[in-house]
Amino acid sequence: MKRTVKEKRNKGIGIVFCSAVYLFLFLPIFVVVANSFNATTTKPYLSWKGFTLDWYAKLWSNSSLLESFGNTMLIALLSTLLSTVIGTLGAVGIYRYKFKGKGIINGLLYIPVVIPEIVIGIALLTIFSNTGVPRGMLTLILSHVSFCVPYVIFNVRARLSGYDASIEEASMDLGANRIVTFFEIILPVLAPGIAGGALLAFTLSIDDVIISYFVNGQTKTYPLKVMESIKSGVSPDVNALSALLLLGTIGLVFITQSGILSGKHNKV
Amino acid sequence: MSGKTSKHEFRSNTLPALVTVGPVALLLLFLVVAPLILVAVMSFCKTDEYYNVVYDFTAANYGKLLSVDYLKIYARSLLISFTTTLICVLIGYPFAYIIARTKSKKKKLLYMLVIIPFWTNSLIRIYGWRSFLGNSGWLIKILTFLHIADGSVDLLYKTGTTILGMVYCFVPFMVLPLYTAIEKLDGSLLEASSDLGARPLRTLFEVILPLTSGGIFSGCIMVFIPCLGYFFVSNILGGGNTDMIGNLIERQFKSANNWPLGAALSIILILVTLLLVKIYQKLGGDMDSLGV
Repeated sequence: MKRTVKEKRNKGIGIVFCSAVYLFLFLPIFVVVANSFNATTTKPYLSWKGFTLDWYAKLWSNSSLLESFGNTMLIALLSTLLSTVIGTLGAVGIYRYKFKGKGIINGLLYIPVVIPEIVIGIALLTIFSNTGVPRGMLTLILSHVSFCVPYVIFNVRARLSGYDASIEEASMDLGANRIVTFFEIILPVLAPGIAGGALLAFTLSIDDVIISYFVNGQTKTYPLKVMESIKSGVSPDVNALSALLLLGTIGLVFITQSGILSGKHNKV
Repeated sequence: MSGKTSKHEFRSNTLPALVTVGPVALLLLFLVVAPLILVAVMSFCKTDEYYNVVYDFTAANYGKLLSVDYLKIYARSLLISFTTTLICVLIGYPFAYIIARTKSKKKKLLYMLVIIPFWTNSLIRIYGWRSFLGNSGWLIKILTFLHIADGSVDLLYKTGTTILGMVYCFVPFMVLPLYTAIEKLDGSLLEASSDLGARPLRTLFEVILPLTSGGIFSGCIMVFIPCLGYFFVSNILGGGNTDMIGNLIERQFKSANNWPLGAALSIILILVTLLLVKIYQKLGGDMDSLGV
């Protein structure tokens, strides 16, 4: 009897503790969403002046904000595509073939992961400035690819460790060439790892502040647009865009998790 | 004949290896190795009166790193990063333990709820904290309403505020490796420990913690190192009062235009990182668990 009372009490403490941590994690998001409904029109847009939906309408006429958001999406899509292709090929090659310098490549992959982002940012700025590459869209995409590729490789590699190479031999014995084997045999096996890597790359790219801050030139991404406006006060249409984004991503996850897209028969 | 087969083998292995690994190798060479070497070289360079980098050897930048003002900032950086890491362990461990060991069907949801905040840009969330804590923010209003504080309290621009922001940014990076480590923990070991008469605290210190120490170490690496460089958190919440080494580097490249000095500071940060990663490996840490 005594034990169960104690267990119940412990469980209660656990629930309260976890709820507090979740509250901590979501509190600033509530603030951001609440401020998107704030009727205030004076900088720094912090005191509450009543409820309005105006900012959601005004958002669509804020062309510089929309442009920065478009840039972020374009950079994220292209750098995800590039880093997924480069990373998947690389992971397969590193796993599959023997070559000189394999250990070095494996070691170098950890550099963008462990070195603080600010160092990667200034290092990329330095090389672009020294080689005369004009800073903008191109340097942003190259930089994002460089920090996303290792994550794609790690994800695909995790999938490769349980991979049986004899199915490739079987494929080739049955007359498929290397390229057909790659697309028909290797890729489907690795698909979950590739998808996970791509999702991570996309997330890292849209959220990146620090590296983009050094290599952007005149091109503004959405996070950089926010950074620029922080000094004078972030206007609530930025909050409105964030709120819409959050709603969109939660919706997307809900759809994918609930199996509407994949179909029930795929769930085991 | 034998020459022909070896040639065939050569072709069949080199070309695919080149096609698959070549792009990664080029990427690492031009966007990781070359930039870092350039930074190392630049850290020994001078600047002319127009702040252009002059490739002329000097060790003066490293001399400047020893100024008292800078030493204070390093000490503050280490203090903030250390405190942040400690708080992340203290919050993250029990939290990860509860969600990893829950038998509830909502486990997946509980896990997703740790990741969802990431989808709102980190700058916006930190700005959310600033508006929550600021003197026209809601916290002050609530505290004033409850007569706990009056309007004169200022919660922003203090070391504690920066630490709060850092903990906020990095607690998920502590929770996720811990969650993985704790989930792998075999429940029957805990039962065995308790059956053999160990009290819960003893089970914690002699069974649970040693078996999940890998998760703690990788969480600490994933919090401590990036924390040193997260300049925007101390900019927004610390308002210049809580500058860290990241702020120093940012300033050399963005406003003070002393790139060689910024490069020297970055080299210090790289050395600290390498040292910590070496210690991590010595402790048996797995590099792959740093990747997520």
